[in-house]
Amino acid sequence: MAIHLMRETDKLKKMVLSLAAHVEENVRNAVRAVTERDQALAYRTIETDHLIDIAEVDVEEECLKILALHQPVAHDLRYIVAMLKINRDLERIGDLAVSMAERAIQMVTKPKPHTTFDLGAMCDRCEKMVARSLDAMINRDADLARKLWLAEDDEIDKMMAEAFQKVEMEIRQHPEHTEPLMNILSVARSLERIADHATNIAKDTIYMVEGEIVRHRKRKIREKMAAENIS
Amino acid sequence: MIDQVNEKPETTLKAIDWNFYYGTNHALHDISMDIPRRQVTAFIGPSGCGKSTFLRCINRMNDLIDGVRAEGSLLLDGQELNSNDIDVIALRRRVGMVFQKSNPFPKSIYENVIYGLRIAGVNNKSILDDTVERCLRKAALWEEVKDRLNHSALQLSGGQMQRLCIARCIAVNPDVILMDEPCSALDPLATSRVEDLIAELKQDYTIIIVTHNMQQAARVSDLTAFFYMGKLIEMDLTQKLFTNPGVKQTEDYITGRFG
Repeated sequence: MAIHLMRETDKLKKMVLSLAAHVEENVRNAVRAVTERDQALAYRTIETDHLIDIAEVDVEEECLKILALHQPVAHDLRYIVAMLKINRDLERIGDLAVSMAERAIQMVTKPKPHTTFDLGAMCDRCEKMVARSLDAMINRDADLARKLWLAEDDEIDKMMAEAFQKVEMEIRQHPEHTEPLMNILSVARSLERIADHATNIAKDTIYMVEGEIVRHRKRKIREKMAAENIS
Repeated sequence: MIDQVNEKPETTLKAIDWNFYYGTNHALHDISMDIPRRQVTAFIGPSGCGKSTFLRCINRMNDLIDGVRAEGSLLLDGQELNSNDIDVIALRRRVGMVFQKSNPFPKSIYENVIYGLRIAGVNNKSILDDTVERCLRKAALWEEVKDRLNHSALQLSGGQMQRLCIARCIAVNPDVILMDEPCSALDPLATSRVEDLIAELKQDYTIIIVTHNMQQAARVSDLTAFFYMGKLIEMDLTQKLFTNPGVKQTEDYITGRFG
């Protein structure tokens, strides 16, 4: 049984990795389409999203097949369940890349707005967040996953709050730039949600490796870690 | 599933540093565990790991083998079983056993069920009739055999025979039922019947089941104990043990990566 199951989980791993690579590429292209005002790249991102959708369904079917035929337990079970959930987050990240690409297409038709908000920095950070959450998943690195969940996600939330603040002020000052500024805010919102999905991947990685469901327990776990550091 | 209550369920059987020897072969090493009342506890582990030996200690079945020796304490409701004062016959009435291969007596279905009562001297027909119906109903066999209670038990199917043995076991009103691979000779349908029955019976009895079928342990038990080379490696709630075991050896065994 073990060898059959290992063969199946290896195949599943390859499928998830290929899906993840595609999603990462689409995020990268959507970000570039926005920052470099590249319409062609934006269209390409939108056009290839359906491949991500197909891959997501394939991964789900593979997971269901393994559950039905092998009845995995312990770390095998946690692995399959984590893949089922991560699969969904990856697909959602792909959708958000499409939203960003759609904004990019609109943004090109308007003059570049002046804003003090550093969208490029947020793009960078979110892209890295996705990449690192996938690294954590692939390398079964719960420590990295915990870092992303406990620290990095908050940084991106802060950037989002900053975007709101700055863009709102700039719209008041230059109402004529409302539309391009709203596009920037919309892109920032997509980035923030991408980071949320990357955080979900990190949380599911912790579950996969350590068997602990950490969702909704951020404060408690922070307190526990702080107590351990003091002692 | 164990009810999520804070207080620990009452312990029926308690082992403290239990060691068991077949001559010079040290078969069980320092087994300590608490088996809760009216729950199902499964023993799993590879062949020769000591799970059946431990099961047989509980109703002193190993007494029949020459040169066996036990050390430590095995308490059934506080009563020491490792003692010469124990009335083994009375013990086996309290601790019934169902075996891997069903072993009905070459008698009628009716006589099989009440065998224990007969040898205890009960001959009152209405008591015997009641017992037969009650036990066969409990063993989920009544509807299938009620019209042929006087037929030979050996005419029953394998699954029916096993349920008859369970009916015979509960006829003497035990506290604990030991099951040693009760489904290994049964087809999937008969297996599922016996598993349903185990879920029913745990309302009245403490059940300890040895099984090689890990999915079965996962399905039927509240607690699972993993034995390896005569040692108790890990015992935990079944749900915990099959999703996130605490010991690497358990993980390797239940995921089939042993050795």
